[in-house]
Order: sequence, then C-alpha cells, then structure tokens
Amino acid sequence: MEFAELIKTPRVDGVILHRPFMPTVEGTLCLTGHHLILSSRQDNTEELWLLHSNIDCIEKRFLGSQGRIIVKCKDLRVIQLDIPGMEECLNIASSIEALSTLDILSLMYPFFYRPMFEVLEDGWNSFLPQNAFKDLETMTDEWRLSEVNKDFSVCASYPPLVAVPKGVDDDTLRKVATFRHGGRFPVLSYYHKKNGMVMMRAGQPLAGTNGRRCKEDEKLINATLRPGKRGYIIDTRAANVAQQAKARGGGFESEANYPQWRRISKAIERSNILQESLIKLVEALNDQSHNMDRWLSKLEASNWLTHVKEILTTACLAAQCIDREGASVLVHGTEGTDSTLQVTSLAQIILDPACRTIRGFQGLVEREWLQAGHPFHQRCAQSAFSNSKPRQEAPVFLLFLDCVWQIVRQFPCSFEFSDSFLVLVFEHAYASQFGTFLGNGTAERVKLSLPQKTVSLWSWVNRPQELQRLTNPLYEANSLVIWPSVAPQSLLLWEGKQQGGGGEVTTHERGPKMRARSVGPTH
Amino acid sequence: MEHIRLPKVEKVRLLDRVSPRRSRVGTLYLTATHTIFVENEAAVRSETWVLHSLVCSVEKQAATASGCSLLVRCKNFQVLHFVVPRERECHDVHLSLQRLSQPERCEELYCFSYKPNVDEEERRREWDFLDLKADYSRMGLPNSLWKLSPVNQHYKVSDTYPADLFVPQSATPPVIVGSSKFRSRGRFPTLSYYSKENHAAICRSSQPLSGFSARCLEDEQMLEAILRSNPRSDFMYVVDTRPKLNAIANRAAGKGYENEDNYSNIKFQFIGIENIHVMRNSQQKMLEACELRSPSMSDFLEGLESSGWLKHIKAVLDAAIFIAKRRGSVYWFTVQTVGIALLRCNHLVGDPKEMSPVIDQFLECAWQIMEQFPCAFEFNARFLITIHSHVYSCQYGNFIGNNQRERIALGLRERTHSLWSYLWKNKADYMNPLYRPDHRQTEGLLRPSTAPYCFKSWRGLYNRFDQGMHPRQSAEDYLSAIQEETQQLEDQLASHQRKIAQLEQEGGVTWGAVAFDKSPTAWALGSDMELANTPQDYAGGFVTSSPCQHKAPEGSLLLLTHDGNISNGSDQESGIADVSCLSPLSEDSARDPDSDEAAYSAA
Repeated sequence: MEFAELIKTPRVDGVILHRPFMPTVEGTLCLTGHHLILSSRQDNTEELWLLHSNIDCIEKRFLGSQGRIIVKCKDLRVIQLDIPGMEECLNIASSIEALSTLDILSLMYPFFYRPMFEVLEDGWNSFLPQNAFKDLETMTDEWRLSEVNKDFSVCASYPPLVAVPKGVDDDTLRKVATFRHGGRFPVLSYYHKKNGMVMMRAGQPLAGTNGRRCKEDEKLINATLRPGKRGYIIDTRAANVAQQAKARGGGFESEANYPQWRRISKAIERSNILQESLIKLVEALNDQSHNMDRWLSKLEASNWLTHVKEILTTACLAAQCIDREGASVLVHGTEGTDSTLQVTSLAQIILDPACRTIRGFQGLVEREWLQAGHPFHQRCAQSAFSNSKPRQEAPVFLLFLDCVWQIVRQFPCSFEFSDSFLVLVFEHAYASQFGTFLGNGTAERVKLSLPQKTVSLWSWVNRPQELQRLTNPLYEANSLVIWPSVAPQSLLLWEGKQQGGGGEVTTHERGPKMRARSVGPTH
Repeated sequence: MEHIRLPKVEKVRLLDRVSPRRSRVGTLYLTATHTIFVENEAAVRSETWVLHSLVCSVEKQAATASGCSLLVRCKNFQVLHFVVPRERECHDVHLSLQRLSQPERCEELYCFSYKPNVDEEERRREWDFLDLKADYSRMGLPNSLWKLSPVNQHYKVSDTYPADLFVPQSATPPVIVGSSKFRSRGRFPTLSYYSKENHAAICRSSQPLSGFSARCLEDEQMLEAILRSNPRSDFMYVVDTRPKLNAIANRAAGKGYENEDNYSNIKFQFIGIENIHVMRNSQQKMLEACELRSPSMSDFLEGLESSGWLKHIKAVLDAAIFIAKRRGSVYWFTVQTVGIALLRCNHLVGDPKEMSPVIDQFLECAWQIMEQFPCAFEFNARFLITIHSHVYSCQYGNFIGNNQRERIALGLRERTHSLWSYLWKNKADYMNPLYRPDHRQTEGLLRPSTAPYCFKSWRGLYNRFDQGMHPRQSAEDYLSAIQEETQQLEDQLASHQRKIAQLEQEGGVTWGAVAFDKSPTAWALGSDMELANTPQDYAGGFVTSSPCQHKAPEGSLLLLTHDGNISNGSDQESGIADVSCLSPLSEDSARDPDSDEAAYSAA
C-alpha cells in the first residue's frame, strides 16, 4: 500500500497554527506518510512535527470559506489549524483521519525512522532477562532461568526466559501454565535483598466453579516460602469479582489448598472503567465554565484519583508484606497483565532504590511491562479524546506513571529522574518514532523483528545530552524503602500530564520547557 | 494561676487522630500559658505543647470504661484527643482549660506575659521594624496628587481607621467628614495602594448609607476628588466585593451601594465575595472534610466541593485579578469584608459568630499564587503558616485589638513584642531558595490562572499536624541547605585566598602546611537520609503509623522558640523552627513494633 493514496492534498500554504500559551504560527502545512508538518519556512522558528499515530481525533469547523481543524492528540495536547479554502480543509481532514487510523503495525513510523543521532548503546540489548538474572545470582542461588517458553508455546505473553524457583522443573511449569489464565504461571518479579523475600506474579488460577486444584501450582509457590513462614496472595480484584470469575472458569486460590497463604483482596478497576475515567478527567480539565463546584464534582465523578489511590495503596501493601512482614507475595488479578503489573512495578519503586534511577526505571519498564506482556498496542490505541467505541484501550500504564509521579512528589530528592522523564515515557507509549512500545508482547516484537528493524527509545535516552535533561538536580541516592502517603490530601493531580496538551497550564514557570520539547521531532 | 484547678494529671493518653492504636501515655501539665503533655516511655523525650490562646474549643465527652475523653481543638487546626483516667480530673482539666483559653480581660492575653530574653531597648526597636510611612514613601507619597490628612488624628472621624490616612489633594476636611457620615462606621474612601508608574490608585471604604434613595453631596465630591487624582483617567471603577443580592438587601437597613446616577463617571462592579458568616460555615465544612478518618477519595472531594471553600478562594482571587488588570484607571473598593473583619479573631470571650476566616483566606490566596509562581516570592509557605499561627496565638502584639485606636489604648507598642521582628530575625527559615526577583515571568505583575483545577487544598495548613500526609522530603529545604553550604565554602575560599596572598607577600610559601578544614556544618539532610519512615495503613483498617514523630514537638511548632520562663524542656523546643518536622525521612519503627501487625489484623 502506498501512503500517497491516502493523501489527497499534500500541501497547503497560509495555514495558521494555534497552540495554548504559545504564539500563533503561520506557515505551510504538509502531510507525509507519518507526519503532519507545519513550517513557517523561516530560520530559527519552531516547526510542528506531529505523528499521525499521535492523533486521537479531529474536529472540523467552517467559518465562511475558512476551515478549521482541531487536532486532539493521544498525549493530551490540543492544537488548532486554520486552513484557507473549504476543499483543502476537507481533504486534509480526511487524509489525517485515514492516516491516523491505520492499524497495520508494519506500516508504523518506527519501521521507517532512521536515527540522526549516534547510538552509543543499543537499547534493545540493555535490559535482557539474562542480564537481570545475573544480578539476581549475586544475591541468591534459589532461582533459575527457565527456557520453557523459548518458542512462546507455554505462555504467549511471557518472554522466552523467566525466573522460577530452582527446585521446580520445566514439566511442572508446563502443568502449572495450564492452570493459570493465559498460561501465566507464577514467575519471579522482584527479590528483596534485605531479607530474601520475593514478589511473584501470575494470571488467575483456573479453579472454576468446581474448585479445580493443581498440585504443581501449589508446589511451585510453596517452594518460595521459608520453613514455617506464610506468604500473602494479593488479588487485585474485589472479593465479589474474584468470586464471579469462577463462573467463567477463573477464580482464586482456596484456603484449603493453599493453607500457607493468606489472600488479600484489593479492588483495582478493570480496563474499560479506567478508560472511561480518563475520558471524564480530560473532559473536566477542558471544561470552559471555570466553575469550581462543577470542576470538583467532575473530578470526583471521574474517579481518576480514586484509581490512583487504590493502585498506590495496593502496591504499598505488597511492599509492606515483603519488607515489614518478611513474607513473600504473589500478585495477580484476572489476566495478570494490567493491575498486577501496576502493583508489582510500583512496589519495586517503593522497595528498591535502583528503580528510582533513570536506568533502573527503564529496566523496570522493560521487565515489568514490556517483557511481562502488557498489551501496549491494544491499551494505547486510543486515548482520552477518541470518539470511536473503545475496544481494549485503557490508561493502565498512564496510571502507573501517575502513581510514580505521586511518589516523586512526596520524595522529591530520592529520584534520579525529573517529571519530564515520566512525561516522555508517557508520550512515547502512545506514539513514537521508536519501536520500544510497539506490539503487545515479546512474541509479537520478535515476529516483527523490532530489535533489528527499529530503534529503541532507550538508545535515544541513554545519551549524555538527553540524560542531562531528564535528570533531577536534587537527586541524592536514598537506599531506604520509601513509604508514600495515600491520604486523599496527599494525592494531587499530575500537572505535567495535562500540560502535554489539555487546555491550559498550571505551573507557568515550568510549562514552556515541557511543551517546547514535546513539539517537533526528536532528531 | 487561680484558674488552674489541677496542675498535673498522670496516666493520660493522647490518641493519634488517624490511628487510635498508636496512642501515647504520659503526664498532662497545665501551666499559666500552656498545656503540656509529656510522654512517659519515649526513647527521646517527647513533649506536646499547646498554647492556651490557640485553643478554640474544649469538649468533654461522656466517660467510658477506659476513661473520659477530652477533645481540644486549636485555631491552628490541631486537634488533640486526650483520655483522662478519672472523670473528676477530666472535669477539672476541662473547666481550667475553658477558662484559660478564654481570657476575660485584655491583660490576660499571652502577649503581656510573654517575655523572651530581649532587653527593653531592643524590644522597642522591634516595633520600629515595620514603618508604614516608609511603605507609603516607597509608593512615592505624599505627592502633588495625594496628601497625608490629619483629619482622623484622634480617631474622631472613624474609630476603626488609623490616624494617618492619605486622601486626594483636593479633599477638604469638611468633604471628608461629610463623606464619613455617609459611610458605615465612618470609613470614608481612603488610599490603600498607589502606583507611581501610572498614578492609578486603590482606595477602600465601607458601604454607603444610601438606603433606597439617600445621597450625600460630600461623598459625591469625595469620589470626584479621587477620580481627579489620576489625571490620565476619566472614569473609575467602584468595586463592591459583595454579591449584588446582599448589597440590595442592605438597602432596607439604610445601607446599600452607590447609585450610579448620583456619581459621575463611575463604573460599578459587584464581585460576589460572600460575607463572613458564609465563609465561616464554609471553612468549618472544609475542615470537617480534612479531618475525616481515612476517607476515600470521593469522601474527601465531595466534602471539599460541598464546603464551597475553594469556590470562595477562587472568588477572592478573581476579584484581586479583576482589580490588578485594571491598573490603568482609578478604582476603589467597598471592602465590606476585608477591612472590618480582618482582625476579628476572638481573642477575648465573645460571640464566636464574630470570628472570621478572612485572614485565613488572604493567606491561602497568597499560597495558591505561590504554588503557581514558585520563584516569585521571597518567602516560603512556612512564613504564611507562621503568620497564621500568630494571628491567633496572641503571643505578639501585632494582631491584638481591632484597630489602631484600640492598639494604642492597650499600649501594645510599649508592652509587647512584634512578630515582624521575630520573623526577620529567623528569616533563614522563611526564605524561598527558588526566589528570583529578576525572573522574566515573575517580574512585576503576576498573572495567576484561576481555572478551577489550579486550586489545591492547602494540606500544609489545614492538615498541618497530620504529619503522615506531608511530603517526606522538601526540595526547598534541601536547596536552602545547599545554598548555606555554598555560602560557607565561598567564605572559606575567600579566607584561604586572603591567607595565601598574605603568605605570598611574606615569601616562602609552603603549600603542604595549608590545612583544609572541612566545613563545620554537616549535611542536615544527609544524616536524616539514614533514617527510614514507616508505612501507613495500606490495608484499609488502622493507620499503622505516621512518620516523623520521634522528635517533632507537634503542638507548639514555631510558637515557643524563645520561651525562656519555662525551663522544662525549653531546650528541645528551641530547635523547633528547623526542618525536623519537614525533614525527609525518619525512623520510628523502633517505637512502633506493632504497626504491621495492626495493619494486617484488618486485612
């Protein structure tokens, strides 16, 4: 397929660009296969380069012969283009619509992007499971790296290499996989050096209505317990939701079969509810009535901060079990690819100082999100402005970043990275020239040959000039566990997220820097 | 002293408001000025001091098997829940505290007994620290347009106005006096702020006694004089801070607002700031939301919304912006609320209905702007919070009395200390390390956004004593420490350079002999980093712990620093103004072995 077929009008002159809090720019609008470009063709002026894949929706308006397109982006930016000529405007609009809704992975921009910077370190090789395991081996010899999933046949969403208890062989793993949702048998997520306790994650057990059991599953997770010790299973679903899951073949670990484990239910909402919450939040932020009551009631009705609080609380609870109770923890919800990962990754931020560095955070995103099989492509296909019916979209990862931001706000000197790093990761998760967040899991990434055909976001980030920009100048390594407050008064609205676009800017002095970066190509 | 029925009660429990299981047992002392709770079995001596004048209510609850509860609510939003073993004792403490916290005579106010270690001459100088006349001369006054009027020298014209007032050059005493008779409490229009750059002025006054049709020639002349005082403008705004409905309703009581037909070239604008009764109720509801025990996010946001507090804060800020934007012309203010109610803080026994949160609102508005412009203010939020405390503490003479006449009658300048000088002396604690007076965006006029989502709930003030809720590290304190360190190193460098120059002059330098002595100050934050805090209650039942309790003397934060006459524990109090309560991390696991158990028992 040729992109040219979709581009009805490649170029319009005299287009005026309006962006909130920035001067208007008049220039030429160009459409290419992947970008919407607006340039005034003068030296020293900023050009707008917008990836079509970043466009969530567009609105057309006409004022006489003048057309206006409002472009709403997945990273929550909103821009306005005034286009002379009705026909040009219609052509541009339908071209953008066609280009921005192309859903063919192999046509995405990362496959066409060639870096203009020198790659010092290939990000695709920076965080391989075998390297992470080498670090683990320096702390304990109780775990082994299994290749049972090397052809993705045991679990489609797991990477080829996973860490499991040493005493459990691959045959056992295969049996356990049949008892867990999506084949996601319990694997090591985090090892707490301080006391040797571990956090594991999995899919829900397929107990069903008749309470099926799997001895191998019990054996696997019991292998992680110290003699005479109990562990905690944190179920990220409300008790009644877990109960109802039985009717669909799912369920939870019964007390009778898992006497050494204590189950704790926490209610983290499922993806479609989170998506609705984001839509409501952004709607509230863009409300033009400037009415305080209306804002507070919309904020409350969006439930966004409720989700933040719930996720953060559950992560803190998991961390507390490990660090304070000296117990091992297994975390799962239904599939084990969404709320489970929110909890396991946030718990590591709390427990492990290494995750609070720039590189450590990249490693965490790789391990606990990308390799752990969070379906980024499905979840980030649409964002808050999209009019089309949501399929599997959900701001699961954005909520994770929001929670990280909340902790950063409470411990401003304990993180090596600044706000802008989190915003950067958010933006690239939704639309990017880099291949890092493409696809739904390692299997798909291998099939698409992403490491060979695209550039990794980390290759770009891990260069001195970028690192300098993303570093928190107040950082002083803090080797301690950090316990955030989850009181409602302690949780704030993440301004950086809305600054990407939203309507307005809250912190004036920090705003421009952030927006200037998010505009234009990064090369 | 005669009001203290019981100076000491033992085995009193002080309950943690969010987590009752974390109560502390100790001895309660009543002194002439403070309630002091000393914890019995703390590794580090832990004391909680509460100034009597900060107590706003004392509530005794019905006795239970474990004792009798006494709830002490303070004007700085601290709430202390004591459990006294015997009802009789509780009764005595209750009555004593009630009496001690409500002085009946001015002489009982704390500022008259507060005697820090300052000699008389220095004390007198304290009061010269802030000179309002200097402030006016900074504005370029008096000049050819505005003059100092002696008309209120003996508070004859308006007893709530100060003696020195600026009025337009053309305003004659008969006009002023005539105008004052047409205004509530004699508060005729007078200058509040003058802009040298464009001659624009902000004036304030009370509402006119216009009723339905009354008019006053002198008042009209007065406004005409104000209008003429800006040669560049041919009209002026009259801003009424009330909702229009209230102003209309007041006409029935013989008051009201200016009739545009009677005054030439005025533009009338209502701003809709509610009266103090509405504000007080609103603040009360907002505080209830802040005090909820482990609320859900919805509980809290609903409480915040239904209180309407942020709506009022926004209204006040909107009004301020309305005025700031129209600097080009002359305008003036019917400060029905601000002017009169500013200092109604109920220091003496009186009708609690007269209490008003107007000063709270002013401080909060300042804070909201600070949040948007972190580099524009020389001071930090701690400065605002400290002022807030002292508005109510009665420790300094500044906020005593309702107006200048009363303050002079009480001899405050002669008998009390001034807060401004205290703040100035301790300015290191109140400096904003991010302050940049030359910043492009903060130079001159600030343009804060009043989009609703820019407003936050001021946790630092209203949940000030819920230590678990606050950020565990403060970037500002960290920067201040770095600034201090840098300064010391630079001083050291300079002194070494001088030494080198000196040695070079003497000839025969031996470099090895120059010993580099390390800066004496340890990294304040570095050492605290070694401490860990404890988790909250994440399991949904009891909150296990709040951090930073090991040494933070929560009660009297910043209020007792120079309290020399109570020897007991004043050493520990003296360091309070440091960052201990804001310091990054603190370990209290040692004193809280059951915290985790508590958390899971609910799981």
